[in-house]
Amino acid sequence: MSMNNQGRPTGVGTSGFASTSGSSLLPNEPLLFEIGDTEHSGVDLPDVTITMDRLGGFERKTPLDLAGLTEPEAMRHYVRLSRLNHSIDSGMYPLGSCTMKHNPRLNEKMARLPGFSDIHPLQPTSTVQGALELMNELSHWLMTLTNTAAVALTPKAGAHGELLGMMAIKAAQDAAGQSHRTVVLVPESAHGTNPATAAFLGYSVKPIPARADGTVDVQAVKDALSPEVAAIMLTNPNTCGLFEPQVIEIAEAVHAAGAFFYCDGANFNAIMGVVRPGDLGIDAMHINLHKTFSTPHGGGGPGAGPVVLSAALAPFAPVPFVRKGSDGLELVEHAEDEALGRITAFQGQMGMYVRALTYMLSHGGDGLAQAAQDAVLNANYIKARLQHVFSVPFNDYPTMHEALFDDTFLAGTGVTTLDFAKALIDEGFHPMTMYFPLVVHGAMLIEPTESESKQTLDRFCDVMEELALDAKSGNAARFTSAPLNAPRRRLDETRAARSPILKWERPVEAMKAAE
Amino acid sequence: MRYLPHSAAERAEMLGVIGAADIDALFSAVPARALKNFDLGLPAHSPEFLVETHMKALSAKNHAGADGPFFVGAGAYRHHVPATVDHLIQRSEWLTAYTPYQPEISQGTLQMLFEFQTQVAKLTGMDVANASLYDGSTGTAEAVLMARRLTKRNKIVLSGGLHPHYRDVVKAYLKDDADLECLSASPEGQGDILDHIDDQTAAIVIQTPDFYGHLRNMKTAADAAHAKGALLIVVITEVVSLGLLEAPGALGADIVVAEGQSIGNALNFGGPYLGLMATRKEFIRQMPGRLCGETVDAEGQRGFVLTLSTREQHIRREKATSNICTNSGLCALAFSIHMALLGEAGFTRLARLNHANACKLADALAAVPGVEVLNDSFFNEMTIRTSRPAAALIERLAARGILGGVPVSRLEPKDPTVANLIVLAATELTTDADIAALCAALSEELA
Repeated sequence: MSMNNQGRPTGVGTSGFASTSGSSLLPNEPLLFEIGDTEHSGVDLPDVTITMDRLGGFERKTPLDLAGLTEPEAMRHYVRLSRLNHSIDSGMYPLGSCTMKHNPRLNEKMARLPGFSDIHPLQPTSTVQGALELMNELSHWLMTLTNTAAVALTPKAGAHGELLGMMAIKAAQDAAGQSHRTVVLVPESAHGTNPATAAFLGYSVKPIPARADGTVDVQAVKDALSPEVAAIMLTNPNTCGLFEPQVIEIAEAVHAAGAFFYCDGANFNAIMGVVRPGDLGIDAMHINLHKTFSTPHGGGGPGAGPVVLSAALAPFAPVPFVRKGSDGLELVEHAEDEALGRITAFQGQMGMYVRALTYMLSHGGDGLAQAAQDAVLNANYIKARLQHVFSVPFNDYPTMHEALFDDTFLAGTGVTTLDFAKALIDEGFHPMTMYFPLVVHGAMLIEPTESESKQTLDRFCDVMEELALDAKSGNAARFTSAPLNAPRRRLDETRAARSPILKWERPVEAMKAAE
Repeated sequence: MRYLPHSAAERAEMLGVIGAADIDALFSAVPARALKNFDLGLPAHSPEFLVETHMKALSAKNHAGADGPFFVGAGAYRHHVPATVDHLIQRSEWLTAYTPYQPEISQGTLQMLFEFQTQVAKLTGMDVANASLYDGSTGTAEAVLMARRLTKRNKIVLSGGLHPHYRDVVKAYLKDDADLECLSASPEGQGDILDHIDDQTAAIVIQTPDFYGHLRNMKTAADAAHAKGALLIVVITEVVSLGLLEAPGALGADIVVAEGQSIGNALNFGGPYLGLMATRKEFIRQMPGRLCGETVDAEGQRGFVLTLSTREQHIRREKATSNICTNSGLCALAFSIHMALLGEAGFTRLARLNHANACKLADALAAVPGVEVLNDSFFNEMTIRTSRPAAALIERLAARGILGGVPVSRLEPKDPTVANLIVLAATELTTDADIAALCAALSEELA
């Protein structure tokens, strides 16, 4: 059967019809509450009759008013919405500090095995020996890769891991009669979670200035150390993408002053299998399984932030943890000396443990080291290809897994880092991280990860170069109006914050009509 | 290595462009004594089918919920998740997107979060909800800290019906805090929390249905708290109960925290789950976590952005309301899709079915010699007192292939008064045959 071509337009854009609902490829999808209603449902359940006598008089009287959709309607709503998102699978996502690497689907498949997904955190431990074995195996990999004495798996995300690590430090110092230590040193280049965590625990935060070369000066740390200092929170590799060359001296100085070294391990991806943080003198470090070990970011979580601990801090790990017992593996849920206690209801992010271990076994020790080296190679390649047009704030050392530029190259063009980032959207790339780290003016932090091929990196660099030259040639309008090729133009964030609309409400007209 | 695109030739070519002799030259900032000075002794890379074999062997050592009668609850519940939910959340555009910091190309995630916030606000009867927290337990600790900021008072009173793990998390978050008062376990639904509210109290925390399954009176608690200028924090671990029970917002709650796992999310041995948090409009600026708000773009089209970020750590650093960054986005998506599939009609039927099965379970258990049901009121969960110590009894049931609930002593090992108590839940997945099998086994074990 041949295709009927009658009436088929031969050119593009000949219809002259501007659709208000967009196209199926770039939809304007109404809200769930605008397409569904309280009668529709996509789940078939028997309508059983119940009496209210066991509800204590608390049965619901206010209507739920929850919109429902049948299955085909729901499928279409969420598929159409999904098309409005950029994702790793659809294009490069060079967000510095976020490590948007490929998420293998084997991980997803394994996490859904019933022996992992359909087990309850409080069923007898005799019935979950395989799960405990998996946690043990993951712990072994994490401790081996970091050369540390213990690991607390339970933190739900990186920031939660930071909290746990700093709580362990506080518990250790309280136990040693060192409660007068109330100051935490945090370099200016740190992630915002570091000072927020320290403040959360009642510490005062003392910033350490960055050196002109983007690294932390051991002398500045020594000058800031005192008997009141509890710990330093240092990111390594740091947020400028640099390995701290004096990290061992810093650790020694911190320890000599009786303080602990908390390492923010957000950038462990650059050094896994190549450098063991335990060899650098760290006491605690969280590892973002959703960055380094490829568990999906899911539009903002769930993450997982296990914390490796030095021998000095190991006794202060929270419950629960897995231990070998006479009758197989045990889950210790109540420690004899509950120094720290419990930071989440159950065993942490089991679903992420499965994905991370699957990834580790796939890569092996050799593959993880190769991945770290490729991540560093890719970032240096971008830096090498672009440094003749972009401005590099720190050039004394090779970069690690991220290439950092500042906005000096845009001086006088009328184009800001934000404009530049939005123009990248029009070229099919997700923007880099903007304005972070704070120590660099108009920062552009680019993290390609090991997942990008040379062809993609070349195309990205070609686009970046062309954009930079265009900005310098005076074509500011291209940037200030960007993005044009996206589901939305720039959004008014000021308006959103000034009079917040945080949920859908039935239009007033409809309310009146209903009355 | 299947996840790494470069060939050896490409690596060499790239090093040439960089001007580096070899890969080690790029690690020149690393102190020599720390660079590759070890043999990890870890296995080498492995083909997909071998990894799968290994993981399947570990999985097979566990007794999955579907393997037999299942009555475990106590903060995590085994419900059916429609196939559509799991299919949709695995779409690349949902699964492999980052936090929507570039709103122009993240409208899918942002609109979903706006819809999610609306669903949670409607469920709880509150003005606003955030875009999720890690789970119910950490959410409870965050709510307690939020209440302190709002009232500028310190005293916190936790009900004896609060999940013991939640209580322990609050304790850890408020380390060594003399202003935290934890009332002793109240398995019979008794409670004297109202006597503990004074003019220094920031908030009281009440769970309903409580850990033991009893339904608690939020209205009297709210009135008593408000009379002293304190806030009422309501905690819900079984969110399906809101299909049948009155919304906390309608009864005077100031902050509602819930574990959202029951809708859209599997048991997963404890995580990932998702924390729901909702509050009054006037408290938004002290609420932790991300918020999505509606706005317009440069052409006037409706769109959504993350908003009020001046509360958050990446802007406020040490002055932030919380250190939370990554939350539970994909679990929130699963929740939102499942809730959209249910709608009011389906959600109400689901809640009724849960309660009906729990009524059958309670009646059947009450007829077993040596078993006493402690609840007059419940939604889908209840506590029984058995004539023998509960922990060993649960082990013996497990040996028969029945997961018969949670012995309270597992969570409260230091309290001898709870040694013979078991918390059990029924859901829409519980069958009459499951209940019959449990009761027959209990009768034999307790004979």
